[in-house]
Amino acid sequence: MAVAAPDTALPHTAARANLAHALKDAAITALISFALLLPLIGFKTVQNMRNELELETRIPLLLAIVAIITAARLFGSLVIEPWRERRALRPHAEDARLTALKTTFANWFTPFAMGFVLVYPLIIMVFFPQGALKWIDNFGIQILIYIMLGWGLNIVVGLAGLLDLGYVAFYAVGSYAYALLAKEFGLSFWILLPLAGILSAFWGVLLGFPVLRLRGDYLAIVTLAFGEIIRLILINWVSFTGGYAGVSGIPRPTLFGIPFNATEQGFAATFGLEFNPIHRTLFLYYVILALGLVTAYVTIRLRQLPVGRAWEALREDEIACRSLGINTTNTKLTAFAMGAMFAGFAGSFFAARQGFISPESFTFLESATILSIVVLGGMGSMIGVAVAAVVMIGGTEIMRELDFLKYIFGNDFDPTQYRMLIFGFAMVLIMIWKPRGLVGTREPSAFYKERRTILGSHVKEGHG
Amino acid sequence: MTAGPAAPVLRVEHLTMRFGGLVAVDDLSFAAARGGITALIGPNGAGKTTVFNCITGFYKPTEGRIALAHGDGAIWDEVDTLTDRGTRSLHRGGEALFLLERMPDYLVTQQARVARTFQNIRLFTGMTVFENMLVAQHNTLMVSSGYTLIGVLAPHIYGRAEKAAVEKARYWLEQTDLLERADDPAGDLPYGAQRRLEIARAMCTDPVLLCLDEPAAGLNPRESHQLNELLLSIRREHTTSILLIEHDMSVVMQISDHVVVLDYGVKISDGTPEAVRNDQKVVAAYLGVEDEEVAKVEAEVGL
Ligand SMILES: Nc1ncnc2c1ncn2[C@@H]1O[C@H](COP(=O)(O)OP(=O)(O)OP(=O)(O)O)[C@@H](O)[C@H]1O
Ligand SMILES: [Mg+2]
Repeated sequence: MAVAAPDTALPHTAARANLAHALKDAAITALISFALLLPLIGFKTVQNMRNELELETRIPLLLAIVAIITAARLFGSLVIEPWRERRALRPHAEDARLTALKTTFANWFTPFAMGFVLVYPLIIMVFFPQGALKWIDNFGIQILIYIMLGWGLNIVVGLAGLLDLGYVAFYAVGSYAYALLAKEFGLSFWILLPLAGILSAFWGVLLGFPVLRLRGDYLAIVTLAFGEIIRLILINWVSFTGGYAGVSGIPRPTLFGIPFNATEQGFAATFGLEFNPIHRTLFLYYVILALGLVTAYVTIRLRQLPVGRAWEALREDEIACRSLGINTTNTKLTAFAMGAMFAGFAGSFFAARQGFISPESFTFLESATILSIVVLGGMGSMIGVAVAAVVMIGGTEIMRELDFLKYIFGNDFDPTQYRMLIFGFAMVLIMIWKPRGLVGTREPSAFYKERRTILGSHVKEGHG
Repeated sequence: MTAGPAAPVLRVEHLTMRFGGLVAVDDLSFAAARGGITALIGPNGAGKTTVFNCITGFYKPTEGRIALAHGDGAIWDEVDTLTDRGTRSLHRGGEALFLLERMPDYLVTQQARVARTFQNIRLFTGMTVFENMLVAQHNTLMVSSGYTLIGVLAPHIYGRAEKAAVEKARYWLEQTDLLERADDPAGDLPYGAQRRLEIARAMCTDPVLLCLDEPAAGLNPRESHQLNELLLSIRREHTTSILLIEHDMSVVMQISDHVVVLDYGVKISDGTPEAVRNDQKVVAAYLGVEDEEVAKVEAEVGL
């Protein structure tokens, strides 16, 4: 029989073997999740009236969750896996069209995004006049600050391959430099902006000297410690920084001396407009946009110059760099200093926009957020970093807006509380789907005849 | 110290390198002739790569002097002055003398102009072949980009300076037959091409001495032959001297002018390929003989 009709018999047995395999796999999953979740979900301790601890069991909930996990696993191995296998086997007939589409998309994405960012506040003001302040400030300005920070850290982590977990320290230095100098000496935003950048870069070099001989994990830990040290100094040096109370009443930026307020000399009065707080918000939006564009321009230029190329070479192979006569210490220091400088710019802008800063704004979580933006975006890719910042920071802000979830999950449901959970989940998904980040390819910094994108699999991540 | 046409470009004297209790290189002295190809051979673990690492500054030797001369070699008579003076280098007219054991690795390439390749190829795999060639010219380009300032503020001025670098990259890619692949990632090249690229990249630093660590390893006979041609053309058309570690005897015997043989860190033979090939000690150590035969051969050569 098997000899007569091998063609029909074979897939049949294969399917049966598949099913058996999937069932076995699901059973193992059920066992593991049961064992794991039994102490986590199955038991709960509560205090009774007499203040004694009592053990409560939640077996139905436990079983329900185990059932969901098992079903998902079964679905995965019976439906998703075969589908992926079939897709992998299918000849890539439509690939050419898809590639063309992708190229068109890639070519048009940047100019389109640029145009959109330029007119975004105007669109908001026309279509959502009542919530305009919030949409421009919380979404526009907030996201642009993080894009700038992401681009700054991208130089250190994405290009030079140095894992820096304390990047927020330079952001803090820039913020406090602006806040304190502006309050003490009454210097204007436009003078202090470069000054804050230089100060941060200086701190970057200062940190860099002792630290850059370390590599990989060691470098990460020391930069993490540096971030915490700066924060602790800000908290404890009360006479200088104001401690936990922070610095308030920071002078706001002016348009070449014209303040944004309701007075006679104010912006509105000068230009014969009715006073509206949105003028300042618009001004701030375009300032941070300009700063971001400067960051982008400088980074793109640097990549095409020997320094930038040396950063990337360093990420690829440090020993080979040294064998070619490159002073790797200096190269690392310049990367650190450049990254720190952009954080300093962003920091002084942040202080000027908030009018109040405190150590609370410069916790490790901030460093972690910026780093995840860089990693999610695809290390080294500026477009990827920008998109990741929009997704991560915009996502957080959107979460605050999702009031309708209250109708589903009850009134005491606060979506922002689940923010980190959802982030973590999104991060895991993206890392499975695109382990090299949203943009996993590398654009060469120079080409001889034609520019060809380099697949991520060749590009190294650096190791300190 | 003698000057003249026979003056060496590199002189290694009493070089010793210890790793804890292990003596990887033991009191080694040899010289590499200017404009010549010197081969360093020996069985696995003989200490050849360690010698290279000492010459190129990656290891600080435990003892010994490694001196390199630029120019026609008249400056060799100053080598003891320089040693006593305690500085890294000495310049006289157009000539210069360097004590490599006193220099950090990147300065050995940048100032003393010694370039090297690695036994396990070290390319910038995620960068294109062309980019690899530009990274190799970092120091020259750094100067013409005004240490980045001119490069950012006045890109057109830098652009003109970059042309020379592009031309040099093109020249060496042509010499190594890689021009077709200039825009491909280096990690995409087949093994033999990666070896050639590493040599091309090293040549972009304009070396006085080129140190090649097993350049023919993993090459097929045809590629091996091409490599010979490339090295001979470098010797013919450029002032670069070559120091070569090689296991492939067809490469060593055909192209080298001078062979130094190491075994367990000790120099056991030094001479022309012909002389070394017929040296009993080399036959015993390098080509490998059965254990019982070793004693016999050693007795024969009087060890
Ligand atoms: N960094 C190091 N630390 C400790 N021991 C080392 C180090 N580098 C080399 N050695 C030892 O020194 C000896 C010589 O090694 P080396 O790599 O120089 O040999 P080689 O002649 O290049 O051999 P091969 O032909 O296999 O490349 C070996 O025993 C090696 O284990
Ligand atoms: Mg070796």
